Amino acid sequence: MSISDENVILRAEDICMVFPGTKALDHVTYKVYQGAVNVIIGENGAGKSTLMKIISGVQSPTHGQLYLKGEKVHITGPRSAAQHGIGMVHQELNLSENLTVAENLFLGREQQKGISPIDERHQNTIAKQTMARLKQNIAPNELVANLKVGQKQLVEIAKSLIADVDILILDEPTSALSKKEVQVLFEVINDLTQQGVSIVYISHRLEELMEIGQYITILRDGKFQSEAMVKDIDVAWIVREMLGSEPVTNFLTADRSFGEVVLQASHINLINEAEVTLVDDVSFSLRAGEIVGIYGLMGAGRTELFECLLGKERFSGEFTLDKQKVNTHMSTSERIKMGLGLVPEDRKQSGIFPISSVANNLSMSSLWKRLKGLAINEVSEKEAVTKTIDELSIKVSSPQVEIQALSGGNQQKVVIGRALLTEPKVLLLDEPTRGIDIGAKGDVFEMMVKLSEQGIGILFSTSDLKEIMAVSDRILVMSNGKLTADLMRDETNESQLVHASAQGF
Amino acid sequence: MNIKNNNHVLRSGNLGLILLKMRTFIALFIILGFFSLTVDGFLAPASLIIMIKHISINAFLALGITFVIITAGIDLSIGATLGFCGMVAGYLISHGLVIEPLGIAIFPSVWVVVPVVIIIGGFIGAINGFIITRYKVAPFICTLGTMYIIRGAAMLLSGGETFAGLQGNPELGNTGFDAIGSGYLFGLPIAIWLMFIMAGVIAYIAKKLPFGRHVYAIGDNEKAAELSGIKVNNVKVWVYTIAGICAAIAGIVVTSQLVASHPATGTTFEMNAIAAVVLGGTSLAGGRGTITGTLIGAFVIGILADGLVMMGVSEFWQMVIKGVVIIIAVIIDQMQNKMQYKAAIGSQKAVC
Repeated sequence: MSISDENVILRAEDICMVFPGTKALDHVTYKVYQGAVNVIIGENGAGKSTLMKIISGVQSPTHGQLYLKGEKVHITGPRSAAQHGIGMVHQELNLSENLTVAENLFLGREQQKGISPIDERHQNTIAKQTMARLKQNIAPNELVANLKVGQKQLVEIAKSLIADVDILILDEPTSALSKKEVQVLFEVINDLTQQGVSIVYISHRLEELMEIGQYITILRDGKFQSEAMVKDIDVAWIVREMLGSEPVTNFLTADRSFGEVVLQASHINLINEAEVTLVDDVSFSLRAGEIVGIYGLMGAGRTELFECLLGKERFSGEFTLDKQKVNTHMSTSERIKMGLGLVPEDRKQSGIFPISSVANNLSMSSLWKRLKGLAINEVSEKEAVTKTIDELSIKVSSPQVEIQALSGGNQQKVVIGRALLTEPKVLLLDEPTRGIDIGAKGDVFEMMVKLSEQGIGILFSTSDLKEIMAVSDRILVMSNGKLTADLMRDETNESQLVHASAQGF
Repeated sequence: MNIKNNNHVLRSGNLGLILLKMRTFIALFIILGFFSLTVDGFLAPASLIIMIKHISINAFLALGITFVIITAGIDLSIGATLGFCGMVAGYLISHGLVIEPLGIAIFPSVWVVVPVVIIIGGFIGAINGFIITRYKVAPFICTLGTMYIIRGAAMLLSGGETFAGLQGNPELGNTGFDAIGSGYLFGLPIAIWLMFIMAGVIAYIAKKLPFGRHVYAIGDNEKAAELSGIKVNNVKVWVYTIAGICAAIAGIVVTSQLVASHPATGTTFEMNAIAAVVLGGTSLAGGRGTITGTLIGAFVIGILADGLVMMGVSEFWQMVIKGVVIIIAVIIDQMQNKMQYKAAIGSQKAVC
């Protein structure tokens, strides 16, 4: 497959990026083609974001060189990237909700001199022109807070356009958009490429890439994997290139046996305050000793489904836990006592008690199990803590150490230990391997298998195809709040899962 | 297995950190030493007892508000609650419970007045907690509002006048109120006993009951607390209730000591209480703090105030000195947190 090099506007040559302990990028050479949509794809940790951060000036590479239109350039920061015509729209929007569209567009580069007031008329005119370029009829003095998510995304793009970009990097721009908003965004992208802007497009949604992309680059484990014209390839090829041909590690033994159904979900619906359906008529079951993985992209509704099970979300439908119904208005503590254990997705935000000791972190959910009269039975608590630290091989100098001093993997083990001490029948793990290193990932998987062999039903979620294939007995796929597949692992493959993860729209 | 090698880490570990941890205690001794050298008879039992009696009022408030601050909240209304509860006690003793349609007044005995006033204090706290949890009002704003309401209500009770002569009337059977403030038990004033008992009870709650753990957990990470099955709102309501109860007890003791209640009593007392809590090492960001620390903090502030008076330092300089001490204490607190974190990281490295 040969692609002519004449249209290359930006070439990143032989880029290496070394972080303490890991090599995020390993001699990667990457090309951006002029006036085209350049798709870049890879699994989590493949190095996409690091590469984009280098191009947009957020980080400097350990080794390597950038060439813009054939000339060497040194990009020292986001400002210098902007001067070279490179702009980036991050996945999380960086808008000030309390300011107007025009004020946001000109934030940090207000049209004003000395102590004269800001030239709002001029700003508004330019803002209006820019929005017109995006075919949007958004008033420049509209508050950003009043805009829909899709419109905010476009305001972000407008912000880059005002700075005269040649290369616009879009990091997962569609993860929060509705189908219709995605179409609007695609039209905008097509217009922009016709105006000569080169787009770098990062996304996990393969079907989308096939629709919008012209060139595709695949990274794997920090290395350049392959490059192709999108018209020459198909989804199966992408999955193959992305995951590699080496067999997936299997943590499960051949003879797995399951017990009774412990968790039954029927017709779960969740609609948020903005009347967006987050979980859409989801039904499934989980048996004792079974590991069920939920695969889905960001925003597919996995976390929301977990929140229905253990959080405060007011869902409709019915959960049955070990033949007992779970009501909407049951408190979290009642659900924990019934036998649900949760390991939340964002460990820092909702998992650990950072300045509390490892011991207190472990025993917090199960204090009701260790009462002597009204007081905590310290002997039994100490025993439980020591036993859990041993069993989960948590590496800690003393149970009294503050948990924030531990590594991510060990913190995660503590959070899992906390859920286990409540002796759950069903353990929910939301993205259990997020932000922990490969060794600790293996530990967590082995722990999951061990627990399932003790008869605990395990439901976990991930957006990593390799992980889901490594450790699930059965795989559910969620997309746009809907359940789009319920497959035994032996009877499926990665392409099928990717396909199902785009079906919910 | 992993735990054994811990001891030498601690031993070789920082003497500095231990000193930092003990800093409020050390500060207390420095202040005591300084005043005993500069003020004649400073350490005489009689003057010490008077000082501790002064301290006890602030200690009641500070002990009560410690839990609130550990949950990362604040309660500005405790000073007003103190004043209001004192006024209610004064009213019940001097005017009785007037039932107008019947044209009679019932004079409850002290054994009724005291529990009633404590319940009222707890109720005020519970209302604070309810507003804060149910309507998601920031604790600072909510208790600022209730502070004005309660202070106003105290003024309204007497039209701004003082209820004086609260010894009670033997004919009405409501005597003995003044004994709380001036009485002695085993050679020590009752107020001092009350202070230590209250500190003991609250320390027990903090250390031994699940409730105490929940308080720390909420201050550390509220979202995680919620997901760990802690009834965050219930705990918070109770925390403010405890603050209200403690303020009511302080109000009773003050009123009884003065044998009179004035509606402006306790104005800005909440600031002294917050200062004591912070001096004792409790973090306003939540999650960190001890009851013993608060008690020592109250002693430092109280002894500093009384000592400076005995030295003859002007009231204006006293204020300046108090402010400087508070700010230094908080700066040292930040240093300790940093050092503690570093020490923990260090001992972890030894394991991994």
